[in-house]
Amino acid sequence: MSDTIIDSMDADSIYLEGEPIADTKAPAGPIEKRWDERRFNAKLVNPANRRKLSVIIVGTGLAGASAAATLGEAGYRVTSFCYQDSPRRAHSIAAQGGINAAKNYRNDGDSIYRLFYDTVKGGDFRSRESNVYRLAQVSVEIIDQCVAQGVPFAREYGGLLDNRSFGGVQVSRTFYARGQTGQQLLIGAYQALERQIAAGTVTMNTRHEMLELIVADGRARGVVVRDMVSGEIESHFADVVVLATGGYGNVFYLSTNAMGCNVTATWRAHRKGAYFANPCYTQIHPTCIPVSGDYQSKLTLMSESLRNDGRIWVPTSGEDKRDPREIPESDRDYYLERAYPAFGNLVPRDIASRSAKNVCDEGRGVGPGGLGVYLDFADAIERLGRDSVEAKYGNLFDMYAQITGENPYETPMRIYPAVHYTMGGLWVDYDLQSSIPGLYVTGEANFSDHGANRLGASALMQGLADGYFVLPNTINDYLAAGPFEKIDDSHPAAAEAIDAVKSRIDKLLSIRGSRTVDSFHKELGHIMWDYCGMERSEEGLRKAITRIRELKAEFWSDVLVLGQGDELNQALERAGRVADFFELGELMCIDALVRNESAGGHFRAESQTEEGEALRHDDEFAHVSAWEFDGDGGKPILHKEPLVYEYVEMKQRSYK
Amino acid sequence: MNITVRVWRQAGPDEPGKMVSYDVPDVDEHMSFLEMLDVLNERLTTRGEDPIAFDSDCREGICGTCGVVINGVAHGPQQTTTCQLHMRSFSDGDVLDIEPWRADPFPVLKDLVVDRSAFDRIIASGGFISAPTGSAPDAHAAPVAKADADHAFDAATCIGCGACVAACPTGSAMLFTAAKVTHLGLLPQGQPERKARVVEMVATHDEEGFGGCTNIGECAAVCPKGIPLETISRLNRDLLGALIRPHT
Amino acid sequence: MAVSGLIMIGYLLAHMYGNLKVFAGQQAFDDYAHHLRTIGEPILPYGGALWVIRIVLLVAIIAHIYSAVVLWRRDRHARGGTSRYDSPKARRGVQRSYASFTLRWGGIVIVLFVIYHLLHLTWHVVTPGGPASSPYQRVVNGFEVWWLVAVYTISLLAIGLHLRHGVWSALTTLGAHTSAAARRRLNILAYVVAIAITVGFLLVPFSILFGVVN
Repeated sequence: MSDTIIDSMDADSIYLEGEPIADTKAPAGPIEKRWDERRFNAKLVNPANRRKLSVIIVGTGLAGASAAATLGEAGYRVTSFCYQDSPRRAHSIAAQGGINAAKNYRNDGDSIYRLFYDTVKGGDFRSRESNVYRLAQVSVEIIDQCVAQGVPFAREYGGLLDNRSFGGVQVSRTFYARGQTGQQLLIGAYQALERQIAAGTVTMNTRHEMLELIVADGRARGVVVRDMVSGEIESHFADVVVLATGGYGNVFYLSTNAMGCNVTATWRAHRKGAYFANPCYTQIHPTCIPVSGDYQSKLTLMSESLRNDGRIWVPTSGEDKRDPREIPESDRDYYLERAYPAFGNLVPRDIASRSAKNVCDEGRGVGPGGLGVYLDFADAIERLGRDSVEAKYGNLFDMYAQITGENPYETPMRIYPAVHYTMGGLWVDYDLQSSIPGLYVTGEANFSDHGANRLGASALMQGLADGYFVLPNTINDYLAAGPFEKIDDSHPAAAEAIDAVKSRIDKLLSIRGSRTVDSFHKELGHIMWDYCGMERSEEGLRKAITRIRELKAEFWSDVLVLGQGDELNQALERAGRVADFFELGELMCIDALVRNESAGGHFRAESQTEEGEALRHDDEFAHVSAWEFDGDGGKPILHKEPLVYEYVEMKQRSYK
Repeated sequence: MNITVRVWRQAGPDEPGKMVSYDVPDVDEHMSFLEMLDVLNERLTTRGEDPIAFDSDCREGICGTCGVVINGVAHGPQQTTTCQLHMRSFSDGDVLDIEPWRADPFPVLKDLVVDRSAFDRIIASGGFISAPTGSAPDAHAAPVAKADADHAFDAATCIGCGACVAACPTGSAMLFTAAKVTHLGLLPQGQPERKARVVEMVATHDEEGFGGCTNIGECAAVCPKGIPLETISRLNRDLLGALIRPHT
Repeated sequence: MAVSGLIMIGYLLAHMYGNLKVFAGQQAFDDYAHHLRTIGEPILPYGGALWVIRIVLLVAIIAHIYSAVVLWRRDRHARGGTSRYDSPKARRGVQRSYASFTLRWGGIVIVLFVIYHLLHLTWHVVTPGGPASSPYQRVVNGFEVWWLVAVYTISLLAIGLHLRHGVWSALTTLGAHTSAAARRRLNILAYVVAIAITVGFLLVPFSILFGVVN
């Protein structure tokens, strides 16, 4: 039965192709001058006029909090929203490893150009050169800014900042604060934000979830939010709207994202006209703690900095069930060191993850269900001493011991890949403006800088670059035309958005079916992981699309959400998010299906080298896939943005 | 294993609440404590009963969102966050009492969910270094002795979960406040605002309705990040210095 | 609380030193009592220094009690009322000392005791064991009564517990708690002060009760 559906679902019936698009904001000319030139040519707003201009910022992670603090300080009237009970809790806080910056403090050959080059190459030539170069330029200022705020980066005995190396690069350019870099950077941004809240330039709304974007007269002019305590539906208006709402990894149900991370803000914007770019680019992080049972609610990542000193291996034979400590060297397969002698355990994340999957698929995996590989510190402890290992990784080891009940100083850790970061997101131009005028998107929520694969310690860099330095220098170009005509709830666009939110909530509460929200979410997650995870194939993706559509239909007829809308109702919150994940999941599969090549985090079984490495098809796919929403039941429309490489030669990545 | 939970149920901020018992059979020892509550909520929902509201987000011990009092102890028997507590810490047949953080400045919103926004207001009153974006000197301009940087870091690891308040016999948030005062006060960048910071933050702490610190030490004993009790004494030194000589 | 508490501790130590003069005999004790009134003469009048001490002490006591009441009311409110957690399983806390539970009730016991103590040995309103003109004799007369010794014993245990937490807390509040090592030192100091004062004050009544001094 489902076979006939698959057969009838040829590519044309799934999507339509629209006009190509282009980023019109990045200047031409030498790449190192482009950011200067853009800042110079962008229209400015006189400080006295800024207080007449209002900005809505949704999300208070690194990209949102830093933008709110900076724009508030600049004098704009900022209103900020987060679903958490405090802006300090956004999921940027969980980033562990570090933040890259081209400071070259180590004198090891690093430079802005090298960071640019590494990022473009690491992204498998699917990101924009102009954006990435700017990111590398700005990276230097981020570290200065954070240190000035009191972020306690790791230091050496001389009092200067310490650095470490990270996967995919051969220089030490990563600044870190033990294994809690994200926490310290976010607290820095949060404190700057709280300072502006106290100064009255930023109005903060915690426990408020954005449920709809208001687009009036062709411009993004506001949001509809739900007060998650009282359940009240509120509308807020401004001259410009910024989404800094993070990634959509929770479409997989199990991921390293926080429980509340969701796609609703960006998906609602997508439905209102913002193009969604490269949704299939998801990053599977190689060093996570394996799943222990079907009750599992989330996966825990351990910083891949562990790969600096830990060695990854599985038994040579899948039959070998001995205690890992008793397996002699000769019966161990250090498969990354064997296959990639130049980079060894420090190959980029996508390669490390897929290699782990491959050895597990061969039946050589370890631990429950055979879904795990060893990450062994025995050599490092012998070489550096236990104290030194503890100083570097102590908190990660403690975390592992806490979760698994095993002591990683004694037995090798078990790790397995998990969904961690999504490179795709709303399409933005060089100014970070989406395809809706007045809607800006920053941080993980946009698609712009990481291409098909993000390098370690680059997410924090991008979030802060966008929020502290990029957006505050581009948003003025748009706001210079403001303030725009005042609108309120009586505007048809606002009334429509408010009604849509209310009727959707009423619908979710009125179904009173038989299945819980989580059971749907788990099932969706399984589909996504099986068919749109580490390895994708045409057959699998087609199957996934069909199953997602069926599951979505079942959801809307059989979901069980108790309680009312006008109260704190966590099941209702989740139901709204899962409903959007269905639609996103389908688009991800369509994007993955249409991109018939392997690139970075997107690995198509049909497109690999003889050695099983990812094989790009630059002739056909050297473009950004930006999807336009064409109504419920409509087919998504693909707009291609060609990617042109003037500085970095496109070649097959090699980490051998 | 099979356990019983006694949970504080309260429909809304102004509603009365009470402890309600639920049997939770078939608990896996590898489940986290919150996953046990997830499982219970799934069962309650399919039975048509209102699931238990509780806060959690990252579930890896860093965001500070989760936190309940288990058997009278904030975050339960291990010195970690509630999300990092696993059922292997309990035994078959146990009865677990689960209650929200209790303190006047932390009103209950529903069941186990409380409002901790008072913490944000304490930070807003001075828990920052005024460094407008773009004004920073090079990161290596001001070296920081490693010992100071490490101590500052120890204090900076505070996740703002509120366990210190929930555990404090006098409902004081002094450990939370002191952690920030210590973090910023130990760094050279934090010196210009050091005196104003401690005075303003302590004043806000008191205005929000937190109790006074009587140095009993329950806060540090339940702090999932191990913020040491001596940070409070450091705050006291800074406060005395600021009150005696405010302008030097 | 910290400063007023430390003033009172200073007073208690001096007071204890005077008490122990009992062991030097009646003459020494009575001379000491007299000398207290002549300190600072002739700049101060007879009894002047004692009055200065008494005023300082009175201010400290009032400040201490006032702070205690203010804090108590604030804390009771802050913790969300008297019945805080329904669970009875951790009523003793995680690590707190027994002494930290006794501060408020102990404080009330101490106040009642001090009133009685003043009525007895300062103002001679009550004279268990019989009145006498010599301070030494008054002390000896009193502590030959077993129940009075019991009352003093209970009160001094309350003072000891009060000091066990109070000394530590006062020094911490004043910023002396700088490290884990300092914490150990301060706790040891608190024990030493608490035990010294409790034992030091109890030596006299017990010695009298058991006839070592008469």
